[in-house]
Amino acid sequence: MTDHATAAADILDTLAKVSGGTHLDALRRERPQTRDNVQASYAALFEAGDRTSVTLDERLAVAAFVALLHEDGPSSDHYLGLLRAQLAGEALANAAQAIAERARTTGPYGAYPAGPLSIEDLAGPELALEPAERDALGERLAAALLHTHRLVFHPRDAQAQHLAALQQVGWSTAAIVTLSQIIAYLAFQIRAAHGLRVLGAAA
Amino acid sequence: MSTAVLDHPATGAPTRFTQAELDWTAWVDPVPEEALTERQKQGLVDIARAKSPYFRLLAHDPDILKARTLADKDIFYNTKAGLPRAERELAAAAVSRSNGCIYCASVHARFASTFSKRREDVQRLLDDGVQADLDPLWNAVVEASVALTATPVAFGPEHVRKLRSLGLDDLAIADLIHAASFFNWANRLMLTLGEPQTRD
Repeated sequence: MTDHATAAADILDTLAKVSGGTHLDALRRERPQTRDNVQASYAALFEAGDRTSVTLDERLAVAAFVALLHEDGPSSDHYLGLLRAQLAGEALANAAQAIAERARTTGPYGAYPAGPLSIEDLAGPELALEPAERDALGERLAAALLHTHRLVFHPRDAQAQHLAALQQVGWSTAAIVTLSQIIAYLAFQIRAAHGLRVLGAAA
Repeated sequence: MSTAVLDHPATGAPTRFTQAELDWTAWVDPVPEEALTERQKQGLVDIARAKSPYFRLLAHDPDILKARTLADKDIFYNTKAGLPRAERELAAAAVSRSNGCIYCASVHARFASTFSKRREDVQRLLDDGVQADLDPLWNAVVEASVALTATPVAFGPEHVRKLRSLGLDDLAIADLIHAASFFNWANRLMLTLGEPQTRD
């Protein structure tokens, strides 16, 4: 279920492998406003057309990268499948996979503002890209994937200058909001689907 | 730094987790309140949110804001059966403590205290961190929330079995999964689009 012909399918059901009439399906239908708006969020980010100057290629490449960094099979397959179906998607999907392969780590880590919490600071890697990877992605998407790695693994390290770096390669304020929502929504979607899969399988 | 990025002094940034009310300032320009379009106002859902620079920043992309807001309200406020509000707020506070979102933790620790009447236990979560020993059910809620916050996700059948053994039904566990997962969405926006400020 990785093409737009099945766009009407509920995304969380697809990723969590929830079938109609099951116990999990009944649980989800107890919360129709949540169910409808998790789906509406997906539609707003990936199916509604672009209103904030973030292309579908960029949206899908970022989503695939988030999924790959989480080592989450169903969502990686879903977004890589959608990305590969785009005209330039094959090269972007290959680049995202190669970078994710070496960029995987465990989170959350990062530093606190200097003070009593500094004893809890936890060091971890900051992603850097090779020139060839930047060429494959283009500078806009390269900057976006650097930002994505930070949001996935060490969001508490974020600084104002990171948004300035995005602006310098053409990300408008509205586009930064969309980019942030894609990454953050994926962080939700992957966890909700994972949790429901575990709940459904736990005897 | 680009001139388009608002440069705020870090002097007012809180350096510890707190239940006190904090402010939040954006690093890039929110939509000015008087410039909000109809579509952006609809995205806010609740027009009182136009006072918040955080929601006016998210209003730059109103459609995802609207869907996110409606999901948020149901995940936390719809307490028809399932997980009580206090434990949903505890999950939000635990996720925020784990990710390190001082602002989000302050809001949801306050709500957890309000709905549970266990302000001191909530404060121990903030002071001692997610290993704080609260009581069997709260420990299990915090452990499950932290496992859902890890990347890769570390939530497993042992968490479900523990929660069931402590009396939660599967709707309550599904509510917990949604609340903890949702704060992995919220924390990432609040931590990376601006920063908290202490009030005088």
